[in-house]
Amino acid sequence: MKERIPPVGITYSGGVTITTLTHERILEDADIRALENTILPVIEPDIKLIMDFSSVQFLTSTALGLLIRISKKVRENQGQMSLCGIQPKIMEVFKITQLDRVFDIQPDVTSGIKAMEG
Amino acid sequence: MTIRQSNRKCLTIASNNTAVGRLCSRILSEAAENQYSEDHLFAIHLALEEALMNAAKHGNEMDPNKEVAVEYTITPEKLEISIADQGRGFDPGTLPDPRSEENLYKYGGRGVLLMRSYMDVVEFNEKGNCVYMVKYRAKKT
Repeated sequence: MKERIPPVGITYSGGVTITTLTHERILEDADIRALENTILPVIEPDIKLIMDFSSVQFLTSTALGLLIRISKKVRENQGQMSLCGIQPKIMEVFKITQLDRVFDIQPDVTSGIKAMEG
Repeated sequence: MTIRQSNRKCLTIASNNTAVGRLCSRILSEAAENQYSEDHLFAIHLALEEALMNAAKHGNEMDPNKEVAVEYTITPEKLEISIADQGRGFDPGTLPDPRSEENLYKYGGRGVLLMRSYMDVVEFNEKGNCVYMVKYRAKKT
């Protein structure tokens, strides 16, 4: 079976782990699984995790479920997590579902790093 | 919940991601041809993905022997669609509110909320295995 390229890149800046979602759309189960299999294993104790959404133009409720799973593992590891660069249409989805109350949301990665370092 | 327009299209699709994706693309492209705005297309896309995946995944449990029946019409005034699966159905009235404190951290249960938020009409049949949705083009999202 052909291996799927994970729709995410991972970089490190100081003590912060930055996961950049590279696909415009997060909707297929295979993409969700690939994201889960790539991001969950990098969550270690006291992680500072930033998820950069600036390329994401569309997502479904399945992707929201994945974000909850990731945030749960971050909390279990006494870490911090921020979502950055969320486009206005996607932000509306977070507001409708009230997940903007659950996640720390920052305008961009630089602000996210600053908030975590502060 | 019946679509009465003469240009109604009826089709069935397999209960899988590929079929759902293809149908979404087809409907979105027809809506774009009818001058639906970017905001409307986003709303229709999200509601379609949620409704079709509900039908394929939760209704038909991705059973390759079960199909999702779709009827739709798109005019410059409105998009109407009904999506039926071959599952047991559910009672949408008993769905817990995913925004309440006790459900906020649950992994699922947000699909119907999104459908209701982004479409102008969302109705289920009595059995709960068919959803009818309308989006009016003139209405701003």
